Amino acid sequence: MAEEKQAAPAKGNWMPVVALAWFIPGGGHFLLKRPGRGAILAGCVALMFVLGLMMRGAFFQWQTGDLLTTVIYCGGFIGDLMAGVLFLLARAFGYDQVDVAGHVHDYGTKFLVAAGLLNILAMVDAYEIATGRKD
Amino acid sequence: MLTMNLSHFEASMLFALLTSIVLGVITKRTDRERIRYAAYCFGYFVVAIFGLGWLMYLGHG
Repeated sequence: MAEEKQAAPAKGNWMPVVALAWFIPGGGHFLLKRPGRGAILAGCVALMFVLGLMMRGAFFQWQTGDLLTTVIYCGGFIGDLMAGVLFLLARAFGYDQVDVAGHVHDYGTKFLVAAGLLNILAMVDAYEIATGRKD
Repeated sequence: MLTMNLSHFEASMLFALLTSIVLGVITKRTDRERIRYAAYCFGYFVVAIFGLGWLMYLGHG
């Protein structure tokens, strides 16, 4: 463990760690020399995202209006965006599922957002490691 | 593109499994604690899935 701590970036230098953790799920942990945890987090986020795609879930579009619409659509969009490179690649390769009725599509949409939310948890964990709040 | 048609049960169990693993990994300090906490979270997810499932079934009449 002591060797791991010496190899990690200095405390306070958390910006690149968090940025990498967002862009590549688990990447922040790899940068901090925690490859085991990074691999598990990357696998879970990627699997959740791919399952969402395979269930033909829809991405949220940025949309404002009344409070509920704003919270759901803008929050959903931010959740999708937090999956990092997975979201950007899906968009770049033209994935564009319209929102249709059906429980499978609904689960797919929630899986896509949940992948981003799990990645936020991974980013917070990477931040705490980078700032020395946890091992 | 490959597509999947999962039932409510299958989809919610997959969600519970992946979420439990992440919660276990990020919240605890030792591997033993992580595995225990992930199993603990998964157990509660399963209880909630069955509980809410029965509640909706009975509430539906």
